[in-house]
Amino acid sequence: MSGQQTDPKTNGGPTNGRALDAIAGRLDPWVALSPLLVVLAAMLCAVVIGGIVMLLTGANPIEAYWALLRGAVGSPDRIAASLARATPFIGASLALAFAFKAGLFNIGAEGQLLIGALFAGWAGTWAWLEGVPGIIAVPVVIGMGMLGGALYGGFPGFLKAKTGAHEVIVTIMLNTIALRLLDWLVLSRDPVILLDTTSSVPHSREIAESAKLPAMPFAGASALHWGLALGIVACAVMWFVMERTTTGFEVKTVGLNPSAATYAGMSVSRVWIVSMAVSGAFAGLARAAHVSGEVGFIQPGVFRNIGFDSIAIALLARASPWGIIPAAILWGALLSGAPLMQLEAKLSIDLVRIVQALILLFVAADLIVRRLFRIRGESANDGAALATGWGG
Amino acid sequence: MSQPAPVLEVRDVTKRFPGVVANAEVNLTLERGEIHCLLGENGAGKSTLMNVVFGLYQPSEGEILVNGEPQLFTSSRDAIAAGIGMVHQHFQLIPVLTVAENVMLGNETSTAGRLDLDVARERINELSATYGLGVDPDAVVGSLSVGAQQRVELIKALYRDADILILDEPTAVLTPGEVDEFFGVVRSLVDNGKSIVFITHKLREVLAVADRITVLRRGRVVGSADPSTATAAELAELMVGRAVSFQVPKNPADPGEVVLSVTELAVSDDRDVVTVADCAFEVRSGEIYGIAGVEGNGQRELVEAIAGMRPAVEGHIRIEGRDIVGLSPRKVERLGVGHVPEDRNKHGVVGAFSITENLVLNRYNVAPFANGWFRKREPMREQAERLVEAFDVRTPGPEVAVSTLSGGNQQKVVVARELSRPLKLLIVAQPTRGLDVGSIEFIHSQIVAKRDEGAAVLLVSAELDEILALADHIGVLYRGAIVATMPRAEASRERLGCLMAGTEDPGPPAQPDVVEELV
Repeated sequence: MSGQQTDPKTNGGPTNGRALDAIAGRLDPWVALSPLLVVLAAMLCAVVIGGIVMLLTGANPIEAYWALLRGAVGSPDRIAASLARATPFIGASLALAFAFKAGLFNIGAEGQLLIGALFAGWAGTWAWLEGVPGIIAVPVVIGMGMLGGALYGGFPGFLKAKTGAHEVIVTIMLNTIALRLLDWLVLSRDPVILLDTTSSVPHSREIAESAKLPAMPFAGASALHWGLALGIVACAVMWFVMERTTTGFEVKTVGLNPSAATYAGMSVSRVWIVSMAVSGAFAGLARAAHVSGEVGFIQPGVFRNIGFDSIAIALLARASPWGIIPAAILWGALLSGAPLMQLEAKLSIDLVRIVQALILLFVAADLIVRRLFRIRGESANDGAALATGWGG
Repeated sequence: MSQPAPVLEVRDVTKRFPGVVANAEVNLTLERGEIHCLLGENGAGKSTLMNVVFGLYQPSEGEILVNGEPQLFTSSRDAIAAGIGMVHQHFQLIPVLTVAENVMLGNETSTAGRLDLDVARERINELSATYGLGVDPDAVVGSLSVGAQQRVELIKALYRDADILILDEPTAVLTPGEVDEFFGVVRSLVDNGKSIVFITHKLREVLAVADRITVLRRGRVVGSADPSTATAAELAELMVGRAVSFQVPKNPADPGEVVLSVTELAVSDDRDVVTVADCAFEVRSGEIYGIAGVEGNGQRELVEAIAGMRPAVEGHIRIEGRDIVGLSPRKVERLGVGHVPEDRNKHGVVGAFSITENLVLNRYNVAPFANGWFRKREPMREQAERLVEAFDVRTPGPEVAVSTLSGGNQQKVVVARELSRPLKLLIVAQPTRGLDVGSIEFIHSQIVAKRDEGAAVLLVSAELDEILALADHIGVLYRGAIVATMPRAEASRERLGCLMAGTEDPGPPAQPDVVEELV
């Protein structure tokens, strides 16, 4: 039958659909790079629109961006400052990313950060720490911070597993509870609990000298401490857990298809609890390092937006542990460069917030960017018919 | 032109996607008042072609003519305006809205800014009466049966004055009874002057309803046939490209000890309604026990209870004498129970995972795939390569995400995972639903092979033909209980049909009926 002849171009062997594209994706660097290209293109769009906003306010966008750039990476000191700013974002974004992998939305990172700070700051004041070397004292303080975060994150996970309470609602509430709890513990004068009564600015007692994370060698005048290295190690840990352990496999399965996880004999409840606890531990790590490496005591409760910004950073990184490092550094650099922009271009520091928001908007709405820049990728071509794929 | 132009003509249509040609030089005509069946395996390009006709895709080459007029559709809106309506395989209905609200969605009538449902109600009643659809415009869609929802989809198209109806695998979601009902509706549509393109891969249906048949394979028209003279075997050969055996080659069973014994079992569904009650049966090693029954008679709950995924309200499930009620799915699996679940996408696979990962979905934490907490990749990769080969999974490689595979190949991944280990009991639920001929043939032979290895097989299927072709022993599930059990030789379509409907047992047939498995 002539009609049965197959076109060697189209039907040579089993060929069809997206599966082929998936292979092509590996071979074609442009498709493989497409997530990165989308982020870069989103940044470009954000910068352009941000520039238009600057023009509207009467400023010179080129001058402003130049100042922003110099403020962020203009000198070794500025780079160190940007990295210092990025450091807490790394751990907190890992918290979000880990929960995302399990299909959970941990809005409570902010609260877990505070409890992490509380545990770390409290442990740092233990008298016996004064007498031991840093190699013991620092891990104790950081570990306590992680424990605090894990408990405070694990609790909503436990509630979700046992009662079905939605983690978003519960963690929002727990954020406020953490804030007020910290306020009370740090500020209370009768009885004095953690307050440093000798200080004119209210904060908790200073942690032991041995419990302080040392500054990094190239920190210069900045607050850059070894917490950055801890954050990067934490990224590696998350990657390893996700890709190489049975726990990671369970977390990913539950995140992608909880019904299939149940079918495969996994305990979805257990995965929820563990994921939220690990998530909280990452947040706790972020803030414990902050207390131990930068501040030295617990400041009374204010949300520092690290947890909330980290939602954005984790999205920007698409919940990939390696993506979080550049995304957090970008975030930190923008924040750290902003004051110079304000000084030189007489622009409000909030403009950086607008640019950040625009980047995020374009990353979230990646179809706009893909269409604008004609970036090929999974969601770019219409997969509806191709999804039928490999006919048997 | 002496003859009136066909209502729809597809002329030399080629549709390319990046890296693949989905349709190549396809020609197709649809005359007024005919049912034209478009037959082909999954992935043959049927749906792509119809999406081109419906304006969802633009053809790379060629053109679409409606009543002899070339059309340039840029969206489905244009196609609807030209009188084309499409009923998709997956309904596009909003369950919380009423029929009338769903039907008018996107086409709302209003008076003074307020939604006017009366116009829609009236039209729906009128259409429903004309075509015998029996749809109440005020019913909430979510409360309707699947068959009724499908008729709502039809009304949606008719409401927009569709003359040409494209039905994409309309029977895939229907029970056997609903299918017959649906064919009646289709007939009354064409009797009233509508023209229908009917997409399917089921040969029985093609022969039952078609006026004309066109067969697609790998995106090309490979032949056409007249249903009055064509046979199922011819059509299957056209469709698959080789001769297909309809009989599952199978030796007589050699039943051994009782492996699975269910007694006085009661199970409730997600809404806490008891759907399995006082259910009892036994499955022996080396035999296939088929459970026949109309869907919704407790099949899902029964299977999930045996697999440990759903608690039993009362009763016992024993595997080799050990009561497994209350055991977790993992513990049941470790006893040597394999389970091919009914809903492949919900339970069977994780679409975003690769074939390799899906193949270890329930063994990822045991040797050789894990060493304590750490997963080992080399054994996983080795197993994937072996099983992809052995189970004929058509894929460019084992690292491809399962969601990119066709339904048949996804199911082969599930079957490969569950059948490739030593089993005492194999539970297979609706193993070939929505699959093409080639995959069905393969999966059936694998199930029989597992039986011959000595496993007890519990087969649950809504397809009577599948039960009759595979089972050695048949139980009929009606309202949650096994109402009759018989050896295969004493079963016939008619007898099972009566029992499934809850009527009196007409007794065994005089002659054991031979079943040609039509798929």
